[in-house]
Amino acid sequence: MTPGYPDPIPADEPLRVVREVLERRASDAGALLPILHELQDRLGHVPPDVVPEIASALNLSRAEVHGVVTYYHHFRSEPAARHVIQICRAEACQAMGADALVAHAQQRLGCALHGRSADGAFTLEPVFCLGLCASSPAMTLDEEPHARMTAQRFDALVAEAGSAA
Amino acid sequence: MTVTVYVPRDSAALAVGAERVARRIAVEAAARGIDVQVVRNGSRGLFWLEPLVEVQTPLGRMAYGPVDADDVPGLFDAGFLAGQSHALGHGPTDKIPYLANQERLTFARMGISDPLSLADYQAHEGFAGLRAALALTPAEVVQQVLDAGLRGRGGAAFPAGIKWKTVLGAEAAQKYVVCNADEGDSGTFSDRMTMEGDPFMLIEGMTIAGIATGATQGYIYVRSEYPHAIATLNEAIQLAEAGGFLGADILGSGRRFTLEVRKGAGSYVCGEETALLDSIEGKRGIVRAKPPLPAIEGLFGQPTLINNVITLASVPVILARGAAHYRDFGVGRSRGTLPIQLAGNIRHGGLVEKAFGVTMRELLYDYGGGSASGRPIKAVQVGGPLGAYLPESKWDLPLDYEAYAAAGGSVGHGGIVVHDDTADLSKLARYAMEFCAIESCGKCTPCRIGSTRGVEVIDKIRAGQNRPQQVALLRDLCNTMVHGSLCAMGGMTPFPVLSALDHFPQDFGLAVPDREAA
Repeated sequence: MTPGYPDPIPADEPLRVVREVLERRASDAGALLPILHELQDRLGHVPPDVVPEIASALNLSRAEVHGVVTYYHHFRSEPAARHVIQICRAEACQAMGADALVAHAQQRLGCALHGRSADGAFTLEPVFCLGLCASSPAMTLDEEPHARMTAQRFDALVAEAGSAA
Repeated sequence: MTVTVYVPRDSAALAVGAERVARRIAVEAAARGIDVQVVRNGSRGLFWLEPLVEVQTPLGRMAYGPVDADDVPGLFDAGFLAGQSHALGHGPTDKIPYLANQERLTFARMGISDPLSLADYQAHEGFAGLRAALALTPAEVVQQVLDAGLRGRGGAAFPAGIKWKTVLGAEAAQKYVVCNADEGDSGTFSDRMTMEGDPFMLIEGMTIAGIATGATQGYIYVRSEYPHAIATLNEAIQLAEAGGFLGADILGSGRRFTLEVRKGAGSYVCGEETALLDSIEGKRGIVRAKPPLPAIEGLFGQPTLINNVITLASVPVILARGAAHYRDFGVGRSRGTLPIQLAGNIRHGGLVEKAFGVTMRELLYDYGGGSASGRPIKAVQVGGPLGAYLPESKWDLPLDYEAYAAAGGSVGHGGIVVHDDTADLSKLARYAMEFCAIESCGKCTPCRIGSTRGVEVIDKIRAGQNRPQQVALLRDLCNTMVHGSLCAMGGMTPFPVLSALDHFPQDFGLAVPDREAA
């Protein structure tokens, strides 16, 4: 297993999960987004090779499903690292030093935005507003919110998560 | 005797360590053999004091904050459970001027009650609006909303009652109520606070909307960036169903209304109502041309009432206390109150619910206490990333939809982002175009392509390449975007850009008199 990556999923697992999810949800009204969310929650991403299966169950074209997966920033076609850091780049956080926090994060992790840290354990992404605008700058680590961030607090969070990995 | 201690569960409190504080209080109480009940309330909205711990005492609730987990033993030693003084103490919570001077109608329960206690909700006027609505005809409920003068709080400020009336009048076997909880504007968090801190209020508002319009199914479209709000809403919906406030037979009235949370997926433009409907339908969130109005042909082609969280959450108090009570707050055609959000570089950031008519100066200094950095405030952006940057000369306007529109701005969702004098407005203008380029749904060319061209033109202005020519080009481009885009994404991105250019020309390397020439 590659360090920093989530535990490997058996090769036939995605197809088994997608069939189970489709069986349960395909007939719901407007089912596509809930299906994609559940797949991503369980598999860590939406593997491109399950797109035809989804399309056929929902009576859509593969292009339509692919279009939805790639339209929304939230959905991933490739797995993220074990830990995902999202730093808010919206105006309120900019007013409190978000750009400096992003620069620090890039330096500390050794990667650019949308990249993976040098040790492979962290995916670093921008996000546009976490609703923590009175406690800027803000970020999430594995979906948990952290606000009034400083470079020191960032380093402490990364060290804590990194050692737990 | 059990002492009740409140530690907020709001994301903004969790983000600064509320969970550790709550755990430490429980551990410390157990170690000292004291019987303490920790209630996880919503936030009062005084975010610079979070985590704000409150203790129920015979003299009322006493506030301590911001509390770090390491402060907890000291608080016990000082006797905070009896409301004793401490360096972090602020006395009775409701006497803190920031709170005491507000006019909280929609946010009346916020931070006071346990968000997931039906009993607590009802002890604080909860479901009084629903009970009142069930005693009226649908048309009478709609009339209450019309009479209250409630306008869409999401940003467009369209009279809510008109939408309600249109959906009521539309004939269809299935109608829907959709709540727009895709709160993507930077500087706004009142929707998030509502969903996390008083979810039954939103459920009640949507149920009333269902009863009034004849819709039996509701959807709440919440952005994926709000996982705590989604979890709290789902829990609250289950509790409300079990309590008979939702479902096939609401409070024995024979009326049906069911609710489902739908999770967004990180697309800003899905906050636009027609794009949001497409997203619920399982498509890419692309803006629809109007007409047809969603009220006639909305979700799955059926008549759909779509309102923002705060619009729907304002309905219970209108029904409970009467339209006149609500309408008597406010000024001009902006009736009632607005939960205003103070954000960015501000010392006392948080939620300030006031009647329309309050001035920016009062908000920035009387409530906000000036900038967080201690430097002079240079500009405020009102109404999210598509709102104008206002210089000090505009801070005495009454906060009122019409007054702001006349000044080239918008009240929007009531978010105010403060920038100090280190801000470079040309950089922020560039960011507005960059954001539009990232988030444009792509349907309208001026928005899709114009935003990218806008970034390039602003880069040239910043670099001093043919500046006067490029400024003329930028204005022309903005004009095309304003008039050639279906929705506010392309149509309003020019607002922050042009207001920055008009009010802060020096940041673009232009002589100040250029403003008059423009």
